[in-house]
Amino acid sequence: MTIYAFATQLLTQLLELVIALALAPLLSGWVAVCRARLQKRCPPPPLLPYHTLLKLFRKDVLLAHNASSLFRVAPYIIFSCMALASAIVPTLSTELLFAPAADAIALVGLFALARVFIALAGMDVGTAFGSLGARREMLIGFLAEPALLMVFFTASIISGSTSLATIVGTLAHHEFVIYPSLAFAGVAFTMVSLAENGRVPVDNPSTHLELTMIHEAMILEYSGRHLALIEWAASLKLFAYSCLGIALFFPFGVAESTGPGALAVAGVFLVGKLAFGGFVLALIETLNAKMRVFRTPEFLGTAFLLAVLAILVHLLLEGGR
Amino acid sequence: MNLPAWLPALHDLPGLPLAGQLINLCAAIMLLLAFAMLAQRRIVTLINLFALQGAVLCLSTAIVALSTGQSHLWGSALLTLLLKVILLPWILHRLVHKLSVKWDVETLFNIPTTMLVGIGLVIIAFNVAQPISEFAGTITRSTIGIALACVMLAFLMMITRSKAVPQVVGFMSMENGLFFAATSATYGMPMVIELGVALDVLVGMVIFGVFFFQIREKFDSLDIRHLEEKTKQE
Repeated sequence: MTIYAFATQLLTQLLELVIALALAPLLSGWVAVCRARLQKRCPPPPLLPYHTLLKLFRKDVLLAHNASSLFRVAPYIIFSCMALASAIVPTLSTELLFAPAADAIALVGLFALARVFIALAGMDVGTAFGSLGARREMLIGFLAEPALLMVFFTASIISGSTSLATIVGTLAHHEFVIYPSLAFAGVAFTMVSLAENGRVPVDNPSTHLELTMIHEAMILEYSGRHLALIEWAASLKLFAYSCLGIALFFPFGVAESTGPGALAVAGVFLVGKLAFGGFVLALIETLNAKMRVFRTPEFLGTAFLLAVLAILVHLLLEGGR
Repeated sequence: MNLPAWLPALHDLPGLPLAGQLINLCAAIMLLLAFAMLAQRRIVTLINLFALQGAVLCLSTAIVALSTGQSHLWGSALLTLLLKVILLPWILHRLVHKLSVKWDVETLFNIPTTMLVGIGLVIIAFNVAQPISEFAGTITRSTIGIALACVMLAFLMMITRSKAVPQVVGFMSMENGLFFAATSATYGMPMVIELGVALDVLVGMVIFGVFFFQIREKFDSLDIRHLEEKTKQE
């Protein structure tokens, strides 16, 4: 690899990371706006998440007396996991510096690492709600993870690689073929991402009722910049999942080079697709009611089933292609 | 049969033509709907899913007819549309309304277990169908496995439901799967047989309708288990 290629790949990689960090709160704000509009409420300003983050960063951190060092370290670990995750998803270009390391299984591992730390931090202070939220989060996590892996395996079987860049490159640039298996995997992926991001059928991100909380219950004890980092990480996670969905199922428009023109086109495509994806998410959240916690295994079981069916359908209908 | 000029020549495309891909898509949706019916708790939604499955079946039959030029398949697509998308769901809705059974469907196993058994059935069906589909010379041959899986899933639904109406929906859905298998393996059965089967299903539906009322009058419930107890006593 020449120095020039290395430099452009590094720049593209940095650009992607910066875009993820900058756009993630906007995506959360956009979903909130769409949701409010669909429910005929007065929408909050779309830039509200930035103000919240700024406000939280300015505030002091209040720690519980019995908080251990893990409690203080966890926000940084969670944030860096999510930032790395959104950096290795090929959103703008497949020619990234991290592309050789951007393995689908490693990505699932990153999400799992963040989940373990947020659950540990939730239990660390020893409040009832913290451990309740942590246990629910682990319940959802262990059901969602196999389904997510199966979705990745479907895409991997089609493209013959578990590297995200290769998967996206293959899917984006082959001639038009209908893959029923990808449709199945897409539905499964949507269900998994709803559960993983604490969205409505599973969890309500804007709830104030402690008994139904999952994600919010774990972070009740956080304040100041710690809370800001966790909130930012949550919107980064939503951003990473949206980009993953776009990269796997609607990959057209992703650049294969690192030229500024191609990147600009890819950026426009990305913003358009993210806006549409956010609207669809708000639509799903409006049309569904939150289900009981003990219905969640059934919901995620269905996602797993769909993902397994995707592989089976691929082997039967699309075998050898 | 000549195609209208504005339609793309589906059977001229090389490789696996677009028509084949569309049929594969229809097959995948059929399978998805079979699972959705298996998981469904509400009876009205169950009937709607059944109607939707009929619609997909009709669509795929029409695509096969269009791409192969088998004109009698148009007839069977029309038959599917009239019977399974419009008439049978309408009768079922009316029956459910008259019997005022809007309760949640009662299952004998819990739903996740049923779904897991369903996956097992799909794997079996795919394996069984593999050698069969190698003999078939149709463009739709790879969907035989899915058709078989639909039949078996509908059968599973009949086994795991304790109430009469979902069992009947399962029976109808099984017929959908058979129809799909026939279309994908041999481009459809002769018209006489298709008409006969369709009429049989219709007559069966009418008889079931009468049965529902008889069962409920006798036992004050549509639970099939009461019938078993009755036969044991006698």
